[in-house]
Amino acid sequence: MTPTPVPPDPTPAERPPAAPSGTENLARRDERWQIRVRNLHKTFGPQHVLRGIDLDIERGRTNIIIGGSGQGKSVLMKHLMGLLKPDEGEIWVDGEDVVPFDERQMGKLRRKFGMVFQYAALFDSMNVVENIAFPLIERYKLSRDEIMERVRELLQRLDLANVAGIEQKFPPELSGGQRKRVGLARALIDRPEILLYDEPTTGLDPVATKNVDDMIRRTADDFGVTSVVISHDMASTFRIGDRIAMLAGGKIIVSGTAAEVLASRRPELREFIETSGLVPREEKA
Amino acid sequence: MSASSSVEDPPGQAEAGNAIAAALLEAAVAPVRGVLRYVGVHAIMLGQALLGVVRKPFRLRLYLEQAQFIGVGSLPIICLVGFFSGAVSAQQAIAALRIFNQERFVGATVGLSLAQELAPVFCALMITARAGSGMATELGSMRITEQIDALTTFAVDPIQYLVTPRIVASILMMPIMTMVFNIVGLCGAYLYSIYLEHIDLGQFIEQFTYWTDPKDYIIGATKAAVFGLTLSVAACYEGFNVRGGAKEVGLATTQAVVAGSVSVLVSDYFLIDMFHILWPTKS
Repeated sequence: MTPTPVPPDPTPAERPPAAPSGTENLARRDERWQIRVRNLHKTFGPQHVLRGIDLDIERGRTNIIIGGSGQGKSVLMKHLMGLLKPDEGEIWVDGEDVVPFDERQMGKLRRKFGMVFQYAALFDSMNVVENIAFPLIERYKLSRDEIMERVRELLQRLDLANVAGIEQKFPPELSGGQRKRVGLARALIDRPEILLYDEPTTGLDPVATKNVDDMIRRTADDFGVTSVVISHDMASTFRIGDRIAMLAGGKIIVSGTAAEVLASRRPELREFIETSGLVPREEKA
Repeated sequence: MSASSSVEDPPGQAEAGNAIAAALLEAAVAPVRGVLRYVGVHAIMLGQALLGVVRKPFRLRLYLEQAQFIGVGSLPIICLVGFFSGAVSAQQAIAALRIFNQERFVGATVGLSLAQELAPVFCALMITARAGSGMATELGSMRITEQIDALTTFAVDPIQYLVTPRIVASILMMPIMTMVFNIVGLCGAYLYSIYLEHIDLGQFIEQFTYWTDPKDYIIGATKAAVFGLTLSVAACYEGFNVRGGAKEVGLATTQAVVAGSVSVLVSDYFLIDMFHILWPTKS
């Protein structure tokens, strides 16, 4: 007779990130967690994409959200920045629930954020300098010299200053890696507290991927920003991630440090990790 | 004893009848709802865009860029089409007037038809094809490459930044383009009539100045401004709301040209009716 299998105790990564909203005080600035998401739901027509997300984003760290294609990672990221409104749930940023915010309040909140888009989303009609300076031009009345000083400082720090004629180049004249870096410079120019990266290494070769990873890591260290990276590149994830969460079936199924996540027995995560070739595939008994 | 009917409907027959009636009603109502929805979503975008004119910041550079694209950029095609439209109108008018031996009226005929109809309508169709399709393609490409989302992340209202300058520039540039069309069209008519058909120059000019009034040009310019509004709202709406990829951008561009052209021709009918009531033609 075969014994009934007993489910193993949840590893630290498999425990829910926190108690449900209502039993914890989210309405105060937490020194450790900068963004706290509770019971987030989003539906598009018949598709229930997010089915009760609970997630904590650690301040000053690189937080990675992994998951398969079509699992709602980008949808979740757009909620963090207020580009989408949830059907239900709470998003607390520095102790403020931002879901009920109107457009004016959202505009203020978005100054805390910088976003690096999957394909950089540089404005085609503007050259590199105009792209990077865009947030400064829109938000402040700075002199041309002040703007150029900040743009050149970022070009220097992101290893773009040595590219011949980079300042006057238009987006189609840049390589994939250069576009990502210009996109990052544009996100960084107004010194945000939180940087969101939407699949930053998609479409890049391994060397360019490693360069972008280094850039994310260096940015987090140099600027002290909280980074949230959406990715399905497992090698990058474990190379740069301080905390890793996995989104599957519209929920966060695993969340924790890299070591905690690696120790998880969740089949969806094991499949993800083993298919990526990071660890050898376990033989099934 | 109750007086209930001795013959009862077979079970389910009433429900089937209701379902058919509901389907017929739905089929009858759906097109009306579609038209109302179409007008509604465009009106909402127009409202948001017009609000953007009075809200800060005012980005003059964007208005000038769009005026350059819609107006100055369209000048060559407007001149080309205007010249030949004027010449062809003169050719047709002379052929018709010759039956009554009244070719001297060609200046008045072409002048009137250009001022009130041909110039604003042809100009609007040309600008729909050139600038309207350009607007839809540009906005659609910006949407699918997340450039519009990027604007939002910088707390910039994308309607105010992208749509408002296009609509305002179209409204302002269309009357100017129409006046250019009028001038070039008259040149075409003049050259054809005087040099190829040997119409008397004095009679051409005299009839033209007698029968055309400033009000004909005011009507034409007003219509042109309305066409500028309808074509740009249609183009911006289609481009701004693209979802998907390159194929959808292409479809949006086609839709923008179709919707823009139809809106021009439909509004032309109602405008000319309105102007004939408000401002009867000289007899």
